[in-house]
Amino acid sequence: MSATTTRPTAPTPDQTASPTGAAATPAGASGASGASGTATLTLAKAITAALHDAMAADEKVLLMGEDIGRLGGVFRVTDGLQATFGEDRVVDTPLAEATILGAAIGLALRGYRPVCEIQFDGFVYPAFSQIVSQLAKMPARLAGAGQLPVVVRIPYGGGIGAVEHHSESPEAYFAHTAGLRVISPATPQDAYWMLRQSLTQPDPVIVMEPKRRYWDKGAVDTSAAALAAAPGLHSARVARPVSDARVSEGGAVTVVAYGPTVRVALDAALAAAEEGVELEVVDLRSLSPLDVGVVEASARRTGRVVVVHEAPVFLGMGAEVAARVTESCFHSLEAPVLRVGGFSVPYPAARIEEHYLPDAERLLDAVDRVLA
Amino acid sequence: MPLVAPAPQAPVQLLSPTGVRRSRPTGEREYPDVEEYAALVADVGAEQLRARYRDMALVRRFDVEATALQRQGELALWASCTGQEAAQVGAGHGLAGQDHVFPTYREHGLAWVRGVDPLQVLQLYRGSSHGGWDPSDHAFHLYTLVIGAQLPHATGYAMGVQRDGLVGTGDRGRDTAVMACFGDGASSQGEVNEALSWAAVFSAPVVFFCQNNGWAISAPTARQSAAPLHQRATGFGMPGVQVDGNDVLAVEAVVRAAGDRARSGAGPVLVEAVTYRMNAHTTSDDAGRYRTREEEDSWRAKDPLARVEAHLRATDGADDAFFDAVRGESDELGARVRRGVREMTDPAPTSMFDHAYAAEHPLVASERAWLETWLATEPEEAR
Repeated sequence: MSATTTRPTAPTPDQTASPTGAAATPAGASGASGASGTATLTLAKAITAALHDAMAADEKVLLMGEDIGRLGGVFRVTDGLQATFGEDRVVDTPLAEATILGAAIGLALRGYRPVCEIQFDGFVYPAFSQIVSQLAKMPARLAGAGQLPVVVRIPYGGGIGAVEHHSESPEAYFAHTAGLRVISPATPQDAYWMLRQSLTQPDPVIVMEPKRRYWDKGAVDTSAAALAAAPGLHSARVARPVSDARVSEGGAVTVVAYGPTVRVALDAALAAAEEGVELEVVDLRSLSPLDVGVVEASARRTGRVVVVHEAPVFLGMGAEVAARVTESCFHSLEAPVLRVGGFSVPYPAARIEEHYLPDAERLLDAVDRVLA
Repeated sequence: MPLVAPAPQAPVQLLSPTGVRRSRPTGEREYPDVEEYAALVADVGAEQLRARYRDMALVRRFDVEATALQRQGELALWASCTGQEAAQVGAGHGLAGQDHVFPTYREHGLAWVRGVDPLQVLQLYRGSSHGGWDPSDHAFHLYTLVIGAQLPHATGYAMGVQRDGLVGTGDRGRDTAVMACFGDGASSQGEVNEALSWAAVFSAPVVFFCQNNGWAISAPTARQSAAPLHQRATGFGMPGVQVDGNDVLAVEAVVRAAGDRARSGAGPVLVEAVTYRMNAHTTSDDAGRYRTREEEDSWRAKDPLARVEAHLRATDGADDAFFDAVRGESDELGARVRRGVREMTDPAPTSMFDHAYAAEHPLVASERAWLETWLATEPEEAR
């Protein structure tokens, strides 16, 4: 079950259109320990390391959020950073989400690179206007006279037994808003490098952090060579490839996932393989822009696609993936693209959230249907 | 014994509606610091007041021309600033050159003082741009149409100024303040109150400049706030001062004082300039539906230009030749604005893709390519 915690070894097919990830190699890239190289880190600590290294590499990077200083954030992601970089660069803010974002915009206009931490997914809405009406649109208004390299980190998704407003999946709101880039890493390695890449490019980035994967461990290579080998910020990756031989046996299905459901898909793949069905798992990594090339290449090979995410199915990311695949791969498809996800209800109470969240069983049921 | 509200004080006023310049208290409800404010603008003599008058007259002429252009279909909308010239011209001259301004969408007088060309302002209202100027050219940021959204931006920008070491150094040529403009209606917005609190907590060098023009579209100030707006400052932990917003001299003095405080590192100030929006909120509404002619006439008697003219004439600071020259210059400006708007060309359709993202974005790139192809294809072929 540890497939998510290791880098894929197979080559990633069809990543032709990935011009956005050409991040400059950061100077002095190193882990939180100060040593360059590979370490085993949780996803949360990989983010800590990325923030540390980005702040060390660029004095314009600063962090803003509630309780991120002495406490180190409610998930301890910023643990120790204020002690290292001081109160002016790790700013404990008032409880004012709109102004965390609004002040970040002002700081970015002044030449800084703010990283905003939103404490929980359900608390981002007070800042929604600043994100969609100001952060996303102001670069276009400025017409080249300024950029807004603001990064917004949002712990999102369910599965940790939290109370109301602490388990939501608002990614589609942001992915639907032009002007934003939206990413969701699924592994510690991606969490590290996608954040580093976000902090060296010029557009605003919403980082949807799968909070129930914060404690998953994996290898994180912080060397410059690893950056050179890392996919572009907007690129999808094949997290579990299926050989052409397996596909030709007629039992292969493409499963598209991102963030917290990548591991669900990989778990399902292990179970399916025991029954002779191969799942090729595509980890989107970037939700906007969407790297449809990787999805389409896999869909053309397998002819069958299932998309899985925690957010409600209605108008979710899965709808976009299904529509794109249907438009471009219609003649390769053996079955309709199916979506597996949350229901169209407010996120339920924690005691019944396991029935809301798509698990391997629900995913495998959809796999059965596209194979039928 | 019921709680009693503090007795109201008159707003700071240095030039009366009849044109009398004051340097010391004259009445019971006088603002107590009038002598200090008067001393702050002791250097503003007849020559400077003529310049302030000229600025206000040209801004008003620009405003009249823009209103006419909207009526003629050349502009999609216009937000008039007639009546608020003293507040804006006074504030503009009260700032230091290195200060930054985060305006609303009605700051035509501030834009003028800052050197933004009126035709650049009109691009937004014509619908040919969402901006129109480079903020770095004049340290004057883009208009913001979402009410109050720019106050957090100004506050964050001021935090950047702090981090750049440009506060409290004692170097008057470098220390920098940030002016955040808003109206009485915006005072109801959460973000405005967040920004006030935030700036005070961080001692950010912000001059919060509220032009209380009496009306938020059709709702009076009394519907926005049960307390005088400048009194809120105390609760946020900063000084608040109310100034006669139709008195260009008093506004300049108060903004100078507020800017000095912010630049020194002592933190933000809330300035409430009490003025009046003589026209409708924008060309889309009808002020006759929600306020009386009597109210408008009472404010017409407090006209910001008339009192400077009265003062200059009474003190031999200006003669007919001066006012005739300003009138001639105003007409030239009006003609230039009218001609310039009519000569504006629409941006290229594909320019909408230019700055959606700074780095290349595959979806935007493919949609741009599609539109380019579509536009290059004859309509009958495209179908």
